[in-house]
Amino acid sequence: MIMSNFWSIWISVLTIVVIVGCFILLKVVNKNYTGVEEGKSMGHEFDGIEELNNPLPKWWAYMFYLTIVFGVIYLALYPGLGNYKGLFGWTSSNQSIGTEKGLKADSAAALEAAKAENRLSQYDREVAHADEKYGPIFAAYLATPLEELVKDEEALKVGGRLFLQNCAQCHGSDARGSKGFPNLTDSDWLYGGDLATIKTTLMNGRNGMMPPKGGLPIEDSEIKGLAEYVIKLSGGEHDEALAAQGQGSFMKGCFACHGMDAKGNKFMGAPNLTDNVWLYGGSRGSIEESIINGRAGVMPAWKDILGEEKVHVIAAYVYSLSNK
Amino acid sequence: MKFNHELIEKNVGLLAIFTVIAISFGGLVQITPLIFQKDTTEAVEGLIPYTALQIEGRDIYVREGCYNCHSQMIRPLRAETERYGHYSVAGESVWDHPFQWGSKRTGPDLARVGGRYSDKWHEVHLINPRDVVPQSNMPAFPWLAENTLDGKLTGDKMSILRNLHKGGYKGGDLYTDEEIAGAQKAVEGKTELQALIAYLQSLGHALK
Repeated sequence: MIMSNFWSIWISVLTIVVIVGCFILLKVVNKNYTGVEEGKSMGHEFDGIEELNNPLPKWWAYMFYLTIVFGVIYLALYPGLGNYKGLFGWTSSNQSIGTEKGLKADSAAALEAAKAENRLSQYDREVAHADEKYGPIFAAYLATPLEELVKDEEALKVGGRLFLQNCAQCHGSDARGSKGFPNLTDSDWLYGGDLATIKTTLMNGRNGMMPPKGGLPIEDSEIKGLAEYVIKLSGGEHDEALAAQGQGSFMKGCFACHGMDAKGNKFMGAPNLTDNVWLYGGSRGSIEESIINGRAGVMPAWKDILGEEKVHVIAAYVYSLSNK
Repeated sequence: MKFNHELIEKNVGLLAIFTVIAISFGGLVQITPLIFQKDTTEAVEGLIPYTALQIEGRDIYVREGCYNCHSQMIRPLRAETERYGHYSVAGESVWDHPFQWGSKRTGPDLARVGGRYSDKWHEVHLINPRDVVPQSNMPAFPWLAENTLDGKLTGDKMSILRNLHKGGYKGGDLYTDEEIAGAQKAVEGKTELQALIAYLQSLGHALK
Protein backbone atom coordinates (compact mmCIF):
# COMPACT_ATOMS: atom_id res chain seq x y z
CA MET A 1 0.00 0.00 0.00
CA ILE A 2 1.58 3.23 -1.13
CA MET A 3 0.14 6.17 0.71
CA SER A 4 0.73 9.86 1.08
CA ASN A 5 3.39 11.04 3.48
CA PHE A 6 0.78 12.41 5.83
CA TRP A 7 -0.83 9.05 6.43
CA SER A 8 2.50 7.29 6.52
CA ILE A 9 3.63 9.61 9.31
CA TRP A 10 0.22 9.35 10.99
CA ILE A 11 0.50 5.57 11.19
CA SER A 12 4.16 5.54 12.22
CA VAL A 13 3.77 8.15 14.95
CA LEU A 14 0.63 6.60 16.44
CA THR A 15 2.15 3.12 16.39
CA ILE A 16 5.30 4.31 18.16
CA VAL A 17 3.24 6.34 20.65
CA VAL A 18 1.25 3.22 21.54
CA ILE A 19 4.34 1.07 21.98
CA VAL A 20 6.21 3.64 24.05
CA GLY A 21 3.00 4.41 25.97
CA CYS A 22 2.53 0.76 26.88
CA PHE A 23 6.11 0.57 28.07
CA ILE A 24 5.80 3.69 30.25
CA LEU A 25 2.43 2.58 31.63
CA LEU A 26 3.87 -0.78 32.58
CA LYS A 27 6.87 0.87 34.23
CA VAL A 28 4.66 3.23 36.21
CA VAL A 29 2.16 0.69 37.48
CA ASN A 30 4.99 -1.66 38.42
CA LYS A 31 6.39 0.95 40.79
CA ASN A 32 5.37 0.70 44.42
CA TYR A 33 3.99 4.12 45.29
CA THR A 34 1.71 3.10 48.16
CA GLY A 35 4.23 3.49 50.93
CA VAL A 36 3.41 -0.04 52.05
CA GLU A 37 5.99 -2.78 51.83
CA GLU A 38 5.38 -5.43 49.20
CA GLY A 39 3.26 -8.32 50.50
CA LYS A 40 2.12 -6.40 53.55
CA SER A 41 -1.46 -5.43 54.35
CA MET A 42 -2.89 -2.27 52.80
CA GLY A 43 -4.54 -1.69 56.14
CA HIS A 44 -8.11 -2.58 55.45
CA GLU A 45 -10.09 -5.78 55.66
CA PHE A 46 -13.65 -6.83 54.98
CA ASP A 47 -15.24 -9.98 56.45
CA GLY A 48 -11.79 -11.17 57.33
CA ILE A 49 -10.43 -10.66 53.82
CA GLU A 50 -7.41 -8.40 53.74
CA GLU A 51 -6.01 -6.54 50.77
CA LEU A 52 -2.28 -7.06 50.47
CA ASN A 53 0.03 -4.85 48.47
CA ASN A 54 0.82 -7.40 45.78
CA PRO A 55 2.71 -6.32 42.65
CA LEU A 56 1.77 -7.37 39.10
CA PRO A 57 2.55 -11.07 38.67
CA LYS A 58 6.12 -11.32 37.43
CA TRP A 59 5.32 -13.77 34.60
CA TRP A 60 2.60 -11.45 33.36
CA ALA A 61 4.71 -8.31 33.50
CA TYR A 62 7.65 -9.96 31.72
CA MET A 63 5.35 -11.34 29.04
CA PHE A 64 4.12 -7.83 28.49
CA TYR A 65 7.71 -6.60 28.07
CA LEU A 66 8.33 -9.46 25.67
CA THR A 67 5.39 -8.52 23.46
CA ILE A 68 6.81 -4.99 23.26
CA VAL A 69 10.19 -6.36 22.22
CA PHE A 70 8.51 -8.64 19.69
CA GLY A 71 6.54 -5.72 18.29
CA VAL A 72 9.64 -3.59 17.83
CA ILE A 73 11.53 -6.41 16.07
CA TYR A 74 8.52 -7.18 13.87
CA LEU A 75 8.15 -3.56 12.81
CA ALA A 76 11.83 -3.45 11.91
CA LEU A 77 11.66 -6.57 9.73
CA TYR A 78 8.20 -6.35 8.15
CA PRO A 79 6.16 -3.51 6.67
CA GLY A 80 4.05 -1.87 9.35
CA LEU A 81 5.26 1.65 9.92
CA GLY A 82 3.58 3.55 7.10
CA ASN A 83 5.54 3.32 3.86
CA TYR A 84 8.59 1.75 5.50
CA LYS A 85 9.14 -1.55 3.69
CA GLY A 86 10.88 -3.47 6.45
CA LEU A 87 14.32 -5.08 6.37
CA PHE A 88 12.98 -8.25 4.71
CA GLY A 89 11.23 -6.29 1.98
CA TRP A 90 8.28 -8.65 2.30
CA THR A 91 5.05 -7.93 0.44
CA SER A 92 2.04 -10.19 0.07
CA SER A 93 1.02 -9.03 -3.39
CA ASN A 94 1.09 -6.17 -5.85
CA GLN A 95 -2.45 -5.27 -4.92
CA SER A 96 -1.94 -1.59 -4.46
CA ILE A 97 0.06 -0.86 -7.55
CA GLY A 98 -1.96 1.78 -9.32
CA THR A 99 -5.59 0.85 -9.55
CA GLU A 100 -6.19 3.83 -11.79
CA LYS A 101 -4.47 2.60 -14.89
CA GLY A 102 -5.82 -0.92 -14.76
CA LEU A 103 -4.23 -3.18 -12.24
CA LYS A 104 -3.35 -6.13 -14.42
CA ALA A 105 -1.06 -4.36 -16.85
CA ASP A 106 0.49 -2.43 -14.00
CA SER A 107 1.06 -5.59 -11.98
CA ALA A 108 2.95 -7.10 -14.86
CA ALA A 109 5.20 -4.06 -15.07
CA ALA A 110 5.66 -4.07 -11.32
CA LEU A 111 6.46 -7.77 -11.47
CA GLU A 112 9.24 -7.11 -13.97
CA ALA A 113 10.62 -4.30 -11.83
CA ALA A 114 10.53 -6.48 -8.73
CA LYS A 115 12.29 -9.27 -10.61
CA ALA A 116 15.00 -6.88 -11.73
CA GLU A 117 15.53 -5.84 -8.13
CA ASN A 118 15.38 -9.48 -7.07
CA ARG A 119 12.53 -8.55 -4.74
CA LEU A 120 9.31 -10.36 -5.58
CA SER A 121 6.17 -10.36 -3.50
CA GLN A 122 5.31 -13.62 -1.78
CA TYR A 123 2.54 -14.30 -4.30
CA ASP A 124 4.71 -13.59 -7.32
CA ARG A 125 7.44 -15.82 -5.90
CA GLU A 126 4.93 -18.63 -5.56
CA VAL A 127 3.70 -18.14 -9.10
CA ALA A 128 7.20 -17.79 -10.55
CA HIS A 129 8.26 -20.94 -8.75
CA ALA A 130 5.26 -22.86 -10.10
CA ASP A 131 5.75 -21.48 -13.60
CA GLU A 132 9.31 -22.71 -13.52
CA LYS A 133 8.13 -26.17 -12.58
CA TYR A 134 4.90 -26.55 -14.57
CA GLY A 135 5.42 -23.98 -17.32
CA PRO A 136 7.69 -26.20 -19.47
CA ILE A 137 5.36 -29.18 -19.04
CA PHE A 138 2.33 -27.29 -20.31
CA ALA A 139 4.38 -25.54 -23.00
CA ALA A 140 5.48 -28.97 -24.23
CA TYR A 141 1.87 -30.18 -24.22
CA LEU A 142 0.77 -27.14 -26.19
CA ALA A 143 3.54 -27.75 -28.73
CA THR A 144 2.36 -31.33 -29.18
CA PRO A 145 -0.35 -31.74 -31.81
CA LEU A 146 -3.61 -33.00 -30.29
CA GLU A 147 -3.39 -36.17 -32.39
CA GLU A 148 -0.17 -37.03 -30.55
CA LEU A 149 -1.32 -35.75 -27.17
CA VAL A 150 -4.23 -38.20 -26.94
CA LYS A 151 -1.70 -41.04 -26.88
CA ASP A 152 0.17 -39.52 -23.92
CA GLU A 153 -1.12 -41.22 -20.76
CA GLU A 154 0.44 -38.60 -18.48
CA ALA A 155 -1.15 -35.75 -20.38
CA LEU A 156 -4.55 -37.44 -20.19
CA LYS A 157 -4.16 -37.78 -16.42
CA VAL A 158 -3.44 -34.05 -16.18
CA GLY A 159 -6.42 -33.37 -18.43
CA GLY A 160 -8.59 -35.56 -16.22
CA ARG A 161 -7.65 -33.55 -13.13
CA LEU A 162 -8.37 -30.28 -14.87
CA PHE A 163 -11.68 -31.72 -16.06
CA LEU A 164 -12.71 -32.62 -12.52
CA GLN A 165 -11.84 -29.16 -11.25
CA ASN A 166 -13.47 -27.13 -13.99
CA CYS A 167 -15.87 -29.18 -16.07
CA ALA A 168 -17.42 -31.74 -13.73
CA GLN A 169 -19.83 -29.19 -12.22
CA CYS A 170 -21.90 -29.37 -15.40
CA HIS A 171 -20.78 -32.50 -17.24
CA GLY A 172 -20.49 -34.63 -14.12
CA SER A 173 -17.43 -36.26 -12.59
CA ASP A 174 -18.00 -39.24 -14.90
CA ALA A 175 -18.48 -36.86 -17.86
CA ARG A 176 -21.87 -38.40 -18.57
CA GLY A 177 -23.63 -35.07 -18.17
CA SER A 178 -27.23 -34.65 -17.08
CA LYS A 179 -30.39 -33.07 -18.44
CA GLY A 180 -29.27 -30.05 -20.44
CA PHE A 181 -25.58 -30.81 -20.04
CA PRO A 182 -24.16 -33.07 -22.74
CA ASN A 183 -22.76 -36.53 -22.14
CA LEU A 184 -19.15 -36.45 -23.33
CA THR A 185 -18.55 -40.18 -23.27
CA ASP A 186 -20.80 -41.11 -26.20
CA SER A 187 -19.95 -40.39 -29.80
CA ASP A 188 -22.85 -37.99 -30.31
CA TRP A 189 -21.62 -34.44 -30.80
CA LEU A 190 -23.64 -31.28 -31.25
CA TYR A 191 -20.79 -29.25 -32.70
CA GLY A 192 -18.47 -32.00 -33.83
CA GLY A 193 -16.25 -34.46 -32.00
CA ASP A 194 -12.96 -34.11 -33.83
CA LEU A 195 -10.02 -32.81 -31.83
CA ALA A 196 -9.87 -29.36 -33.37
CA THR A 197 -13.59 -28.76 -32.91
CA ILE A 198 -13.53 -29.89 -29.28
CA LYS A 199 -10.72 -27.45 -28.63
CA THR A 200 -12.61 -24.63 -30.37
CA THR A 201 -15.68 -25.41 -28.28
CA LEU A 202 -13.63 -25.26 -25.08
CA MET A 203 -11.79 -22.09 -26.04
CA ASN A 204 -14.67 -19.96 -27.24
CA GLY A 205 -17.69 -21.63 -25.73
CA ARG A 206 -20.94 -22.30 -27.59
CA ASN A 207 -24.35 -20.68 -27.62
CA GLY A 208 -27.22 -22.97 -28.53
CA MET A 209 -30.11 -21.09 -30.06
CA MET A 210 -33.35 -22.89 -30.69
CA PRO A 211 -36.07 -20.23 -30.34
CA PRO A 212 -39.55 -21.22 -29.12
CA LYS A 213 -41.14 -23.37 -31.86
CA GLY A 214 -38.00 -22.81 -33.87
CA GLY A 215 -39.25 -19.30 -34.55
CA LEU A 216 -41.66 -20.81 -37.07
CA PRO A 217 -45.38 -20.23 -37.60
CA ILE A 218 -46.30 -23.46 -35.83
CA GLU A 219 -49.72 -23.60 -34.18
CA ASP A 220 -50.15 -25.00 -30.68
CA SER A 221 -52.37 -27.68 -32.18
CA GLU A 222 -49.44 -28.95 -34.24
CA ILE A 223 -47.13 -29.59 -31.28
CA LYS A 224 -48.43 -33.08 -30.50
CA GLY A 225 -47.96 -34.23 -34.08
CA LEU A 226 -44.52 -32.69 -34.31
CA ALA A 227 -43.41 -34.46 -31.13
CA GLU A 228 -44.81 -37.70 -32.51
CA TYR A 229 -42.83 -37.23 -35.72
CA VAL A 230 -39.62 -36.57 -33.75
CA ILE A 231 -40.23 -39.82 -31.86
CA LYS A 232 -40.74 -41.61 -35.15
CA LEU A 233 -37.44 -40.19 -36.44
CA SER A 234 -35.56 -41.71 -33.55
CA GLY A 235 -37.25 -45.07 -34.04
CA GLY A 236 -39.65 -44.95 -31.11
CA GLU A 237 -43.14 -46.36 -30.95
CA HIS A 238 -45.49 -43.86 -32.52
CA ASP A 239 -48.91 -43.12 -33.96
CA GLU A 240 -48.41 -43.18 -37.74
CA ALA A 241 -51.23 -40.76 -38.61
CA LEU A 242 -50.18 -38.21 -35.99
CA ALA A 243 -46.55 -38.50 -37.08
CA ALA A 244 -47.52 -37.88 -40.69
CA GLN A 245 -49.21 -34.66 -39.59
CA GLY A 246 -46.06 -33.76 -37.69
CA GLN A 247 -43.92 -34.33 -40.75
CA GLY A 248 -45.92 -31.62 -42.47
CA SER A 249 -45.16 -29.22 -39.60
CA PHE A 250 -41.47 -30.23 -39.74
CA MET A 251 -41.42 -29.11 -43.35
CA LYS A 252 -42.48 -25.61 -42.27
CA GLY A 253 -38.82 -24.96 -41.54
CA CYS A 254 -37.42 -27.25 -38.83
CA PHE A 255 -35.26 -28.77 -41.56
CA ALA A 256 -33.39 -25.49 -41.94
CA CYS A 257 -31.35 -26.33 -38.84
CA HIS A 258 -32.00 -30.02 -38.23
CA GLY A 259 -31.56 -30.95 -41.91
CA MET A 260 -33.89 -32.58 -44.41
CA ASP A 261 -32.86 -35.96 -43.05
CA ALA A 262 -33.19 -34.60 -39.47
CA LYS A 263 -29.61 -35.63 -38.79
CA GLY A 264 -28.75 -32.18 -37.41
CA ASN A 265 -26.22 -29.57 -38.37
CA LYS A 266 -22.92 -29.37 -36.52
CA PHE A 267 -22.20 -25.83 -37.70
CA MET A 268 -25.21 -24.58 -35.78
CA GLY A 269 -25.13 -27.17 -33.04
CA ALA A 270 -28.54 -28.42 -34.15
CA PRO A 271 -28.95 -31.91 -32.74
CA ASN A 272 -29.45 -35.07 -34.73
CA LEU A 273 -33.06 -36.11 -34.07
CA THR A 274 -32.70 -39.65 -35.42
CA ASP A 275 -30.17 -41.16 -33.00
CA ASN A 276 -32.30 -41.50 -29.87
CA VAL A 277 -29.79 -39.47 -27.81
CA TRP A 278 -31.58 -36.75 -25.88
CA LEU A 279 -30.03 -33.75 -24.21
CA TYR A 280 -33.31 -32.60 -22.67
CA GLY A 281 -35.09 -35.93 -22.38
CA GLY A 282 -36.79 -38.08 -25.02
CA SER A 283 -40.23 -38.47 -23.49
CA ARG A 284 -43.22 -36.97 -25.30
CA GLY A 285 -43.54 -34.36 -22.57
CA SER A 286 -39.87 -33.33 -22.77
CA ILE A 287 -39.93 -33.15 -26.56
CA GLU A 288 -43.08 -31.04 -26.51
CA GLU A 289 -41.48 -28.76 -23.92
CA SER A 290 -38.39 -28.37 -26.11
CA ILE A 291 -40.53 -27.45 -29.11
CA ILE A 292 -42.77 -25.02 -27.23
CA ASN A 293 -40.11 -23.16 -25.24
CA GLY A 294 -37.04 -23.70 -27.38
CA ARG A 295 -33.67 -24.49 -25.87
CA ALA A 296 -30.52 -22.46 -25.48
CA GLY A 297 -27.67 -24.52 -24.07
CA VAL A 298 -24.63 -22.42 -23.25
CA MET A 299 -21.07 -23.63 -22.96
CA PRO A 300 -18.90 -20.96 -21.30
CA ALA A 301 -15.66 -19.87 -22.96
CA TRP A 302 -12.56 -21.08 -21.13
CA LYS A 303 -9.89 -19.23 -23.07
CA ASP A 304 -9.57 -16.43 -20.54
CA ILE A 305 -10.21 -18.48 -17.43
CA LEU A 306 -7.87 -21.43 -18.05
CA GLY A 307 -5.66 -20.29 -20.92
CA GLU A 308 -4.90 -22.20 -24.10
CA GLU A 309 -2.28 -24.50 -22.57
CA LYS A 310 -4.75 -26.10 -20.19
CA VAL A 311 -7.60 -26.10 -22.70
CA HIS A 312 -5.33 -27.99 -25.09
CA VAL A 313 -4.79 -30.77 -22.54
CA ILE A 314 -8.47 -30.91 -21.56
CA ALA A 315 -9.46 -31.16 -25.23
CA ALA A 316 -7.28 -34.25 -25.56
CA TYR A 317 -8.85 -35.73 -22.43
CA VAL A 318 -12.42 -35.06 -23.57
CA TYR A 319 -11.66 -36.64 -26.94
CA SER A 320 -10.19 -39.69 -25.21
CA LEU A 321 -13.44 -40.24 -23.29
CA SER A 322 -15.30 -41.37 -26.39
CA ASN A 323 -12.34 -42.65 -28.39
CA LYS A 324 -10.72 -45.34 -26.27
CA MET B 1 2.02 16.22 40.08
CA LYS B 2 2.51 12.78 41.46
CA PHE B 3 0.79 10.04 39.45
CA ASN B 4 -2.10 8.75 41.46
CA HIS B 5 -3.55 5.43 40.45
CA GLU B 6 -6.41 5.86 42.88
CA LEU B 7 -7.77 8.76 40.85
CA ILE B 8 -8.62 6.41 37.96
CA GLU B 9 -9.59 3.49 40.15
CA LYS B 10 -12.19 5.51 42.00
CA ASN B 11 -13.59 7.50 39.07
CA VAL B 12 -15.53 5.37 36.60
CA GLY B 13 -16.11 8.23 34.15
CA LEU B 14 -12.43 9.00 33.92
CA LEU B 15 -11.63 5.32 33.57
CA ALA B 16 -14.10 5.05 30.67
CA ILE B 17 -12.58 8.06 28.90
CA PHE B 18 -9.07 6.66 29.20
CA THR B 19 -10.27 3.24 28.02
CA VAL B 20 -11.85 4.73 24.92
CA ILE B 21 -8.68 6.68 24.16
CA ALA B 22 -6.56 3.55 24.61
CA ILE B 23 -8.60 1.32 22.32
CA SER B 24 -9.18 3.99 19.67
CA PHE B 25 -5.49 3.98 18.74
CA GLY B 26 -5.90 0.72 16.82
CA GLY B 27 -8.75 2.13 14.77
CA LEU B 28 -6.96 5.41 14.14
CA VAL B 29 -3.97 3.54 12.75
CA GLN B 30 -5.77 0.82 10.79
CA ILE B 31 -9.06 2.34 9.66
CA THR B 32 -8.75 6.10 9.16
CA PRO B 33 -5.99 5.97 6.50
CA LEU B 34 -8.08 3.50 4.45
CA ILE B 35 -10.94 5.98 4.26
CA PHE B 36 -8.64 8.31 2.34
CA GLN B 37 -6.82 5.77 0.12
CA LYS B 38 -7.35 5.70 -3.63
CA ASP B 39 -6.93 1.93 -3.62
CA THR B 40 -9.84 1.42 -1.27
CA THR B 41 -12.16 4.19 -2.39
CA GLU B 42 -11.89 4.21 -6.19
CA ALA B 43 -13.15 1.54 -8.56
CA VAL B 44 -10.65 -0.47 -10.58
CA GLU B 45 -10.71 0.14 -14.31
CA GLY B 46 -13.19 -2.18 -15.96
CA LEU B 47 -15.61 -2.31 -13.04
CA ILE B 48 -19.17 -1.79 -14.27
CA PRO B 49 -22.00 -0.60 -12.00
CA TYR B 50 -24.67 -3.20 -11.28
CA THR B 51 -27.75 -3.07 -13.46
CA ALA B 52 -31.18 -2.72 -11.86
CA LEU B 53 -31.72 -6.48 -12.00
CA GLN B 54 -28.26 -7.21 -10.60
CA ILE B 55 -28.89 -4.85 -7.66
CA GLU B 56 -32.04 -6.80 -6.81
CA GLY B 57 -30.13 -10.06 -7.23
CA ARG B 58 -27.46 -8.85 -4.88
CA ASP B 59 -30.05 -8.06 -2.22
CA ILE B 60 -31.42 -11.60 -2.59
CA TYR B 61 -27.87 -12.93 -2.20
CA VAL B 62 -27.69 -11.01 1.07
CA ARG B 63 -31.21 -12.01 2.16
CA GLU B 64 -30.58 -15.72 1.65
CA GLY B 65 -27.30 -15.47 3.52
CA CYS B 66 -25.15 -16.80 0.70
CA TYR B 67 -22.18 -15.11 2.37
CA ASN B 68 -22.47 -17.59 5.23
CA CYS B 69 -20.99 -20.30 3.03
CA HIS B 70 -19.49 -18.45 0.07
CA SER B 71 -16.70 -15.90 0.26
CA GLN B 72 -16.04 -13.31 -2.42
CA MET B 73 -12.40 -12.79 -1.63
CA ILE B 74 -9.66 -14.54 -3.57
CA ARG B 75 -6.48 -14.27 -1.56
CA PRO B 76 -3.07 -13.70 -3.15
CA LEU B 77 -2.03 -17.33 -2.87
CA ARG B 78 -1.27 -19.39 -5.96
CA ALA B 79 -3.55 -22.25 -4.90
CA GLU B 80 -6.45 -19.80 -4.92
CA THR B 81 -5.63 -17.89 -8.08
CA GLU B 82 -5.20 -21.18 -9.95
CA ARG B 83 -8.71 -22.18 -9.03
CA TYR B 84 -10.59 -18.89 -8.97
CA GLY B 85 -8.60 -16.40 -11.04
CA HIS B 86 -6.86 -13.11 -10.26
CA TYR B 87 -6.85 -12.29 -6.55
CA SER B 88 -9.48 -9.81 -5.37
CA VAL B 89 -8.54 -6.17 -4.92
CA ALA B 90 -10.24 -3.52 -2.79
CA GLY B 91 -11.16 -1.42 -5.83
CA GLU B 92 -13.53 -4.18 -6.99
CA SER B 93 -15.89 -3.82 -4.05
CA VAL B 94 -16.04 -0.04 -3.62
CA TRP B 95 -19.68 0.02 -4.76
CA ASP B 96 -20.75 -2.84 -2.49
CA HIS B 97 -22.65 -1.79 0.64
CA PRO B 98 -21.97 -3.95 2.52
CA PHE B 99 -19.26 -5.89 0.69
CA GLN B 100 -19.75 -9.64 0.44
CA TRP B 101 -16.18 -10.77 1.16
CA GLY B 102 -17.34 -13.28 3.75
CA SER B 103 -14.94 -15.37 5.78
CA LYS B 104 -16.25 -18.91 5.51
CA ARG B 105 -16.03 -21.30 2.61
CA THR B 106 -18.36 -24.21 2.95
CA GLY B 107 -18.89 -23.67 -0.76
CA PRO B 108 -16.40 -22.25 -3.24
CA ASP B 109 -15.42 -18.62 -3.54
CA LEU B 110 -17.72 -16.68 -5.85
CA ALA B 111 -15.68 -13.53 -6.48
CA ARG B 112 -15.16 -14.50 -10.15
CA VAL B 113 -18.01 -16.90 -10.74
CA GLY B 114 -19.44 -14.69 -13.50
CA GLY B 115 -19.36 -16.42 -16.88
CA ARG B 116 -18.05 -19.69 -15.48
CA TYR B 117 -21.38 -21.46 -15.78
CA SER B 118 -24.35 -20.98 -18.05
CA ASP B 119 -27.52 -19.27 -16.80
CA LYS B 120 -29.30 -22.58 -17.19
CA TRP B 121 -26.78 -24.29 -14.94
CA HIS B 122 -27.36 -21.69 -12.22
CA GLU B 123 -31.09 -22.15 -12.60
CA VAL B 124 -30.95 -25.92 -12.16
CA HIS B 125 -28.32 -25.63 -9.45
CA LEU B 126 -30.17 -23.06 -7.33
CA ILE B 127 -33.46 -24.94 -7.50
CA ASN B 128 -31.77 -28.19 -6.54
CA PRO B 129 -27.97 -28.34 -6.41
CA ARG B 130 -27.98 -32.17 -6.40
CA ASP B 131 -29.33 -32.20 -9.96
CA VAL B 132 -25.98 -31.11 -11.31
CA VAL B 133 -23.54 -31.75 -8.46
CA PRO B 134 -24.60 -34.99 -6.74
CA GLN B 135 -22.20 -34.56 -3.79
CA SER B 136 -23.28 -30.98 -3.06
CA ASN B 137 -24.44 -30.09 0.45
CA MET B 138 -25.79 -26.70 -0.57
CA PRO B 139 -29.41 -26.06 0.38
CA ALA B 140 -32.01 -25.83 -2.39
CA PHE B 141 -33.67 -22.47 -3.05
CA PRO B 142 -36.78 -23.43 -5.02
CA TRP B 143 -38.85 -20.42 -3.92
CA LEU B 144 -36.56 -18.10 -5.90
CA ALA B 145 -38.18 -19.37 -9.08
CA GLU B 146 -41.67 -18.58 -7.77
CA ASN B 147 -41.22 -15.17 -6.15
CA THR B 148 -41.38 -12.23 -8.52
CA LEU B 149 -40.01 -8.75 -8.02
CA ASP B 150 -42.16 -5.62 -8.00
CA GLY B 151 -39.19 -3.28 -8.34
CA LYS B 152 -40.78 -0.57 -6.20
CA LEU B 153 -37.52 0.20 -4.40
CA THR B 154 -35.05 -0.56 -7.18
CA GLY B 155 -34.86 3.04 -8.37
CA ASP B 156 -34.29 4.28 -4.81
CA LYS B 157 -31.49 1.77 -4.33
CA MET B 158 -29.85 3.03 -7.49
CA SER B 159 -30.11 6.69 -6.55
CA ILE B 160 -28.65 5.95 -3.11
CA LEU B 161 -25.70 4.24 -4.78
CA ARG B 162 -25.35 7.18 -7.14
CA ASN B 163 -25.34 9.68 -4.30
CA LEU B 164 -22.78 7.67 -2.34
CA HIS B 165 -20.38 7.64 -5.29
CA LYS B 166 -20.85 10.95 -7.06
CA GLY B 167 -18.59 10.98 -10.11
CA GLY B 168 -17.32 7.53 -9.17
CA TYR B 169 -17.68 5.82 -12.54
CA LYS B 170 -15.24 7.05 -15.19
CA GLY B 171 -15.62 10.59 -13.88
CA GLY B 172 -19.42 10.42 -14.21
CA ASP B 173 -22.21 9.10 -12.03
CA LEU B 174 -23.04 5.42 -11.67
CA TYR B 175 -26.52 5.82 -13.12
CA THR B 176 -28.32 8.30 -15.34
CA ASP B 177 -31.74 9.70 -14.45
CA GLU B 178 -33.27 7.59 -17.24
CA GLU B 179 -31.75 4.41 -15.83
CA ILE B 180 -33.17 5.16 -12.40
CA ALA B 181 -36.56 6.08 -13.83
CA GLY B 182 -36.62 2.86 -15.84
CA ALA B 183 -35.42 0.68 -12.98
CA GLN B 184 -38.81 -0.56 -11.88
CA LYS B 185 -39.75 -1.49 -15.43
CA ALA B 186 -36.46 -3.32 -15.85
CA VAL B 187 -37.06 -5.69 -12.95
CA GLU B 188 -40.84 -5.83 -12.57
CA GLY B 189 -42.19 -9.33 -13.07
CA LYS B 190 -38.76 -10.93 -13.20
CA THR B 191 -38.27 -13.83 -10.78
CA GLU B 192 -35.85 -13.63 -7.89
CA LEU B 193 -34.01 -16.48 -9.55
CA GLN B 194 -33.40 -14.42 -12.68
CA ALA B 195 -32.17 -11.51 -10.57
CA LEU B 196 -29.80 -13.64 -8.51
CA ILE B 197 -28.38 -15.30 -11.63
CA ALA B 198 -27.89 -11.88 -13.26
CA TYR B 199 -25.95 -10.81 -10.16
CA LEU B 200 -23.83 -13.97 -10.06
CA GLN B 201 -22.98 -13.67 -13.75
CA SER B 202 -21.79 -10.09 -13.19
CA LEU B 203 -19.20 -11.02 -10.58
CA GLY B 204 -15.50 -10.66 -11.13
CA HIS B 205 -15.15 -9.49 -14.72
CA ALA B 206 -13.05 -6.41 -13.87
CA LEU B 207 -9.88 -8.50 -13.55
CA LYS B 208 -9.12 -11.89 -15.01
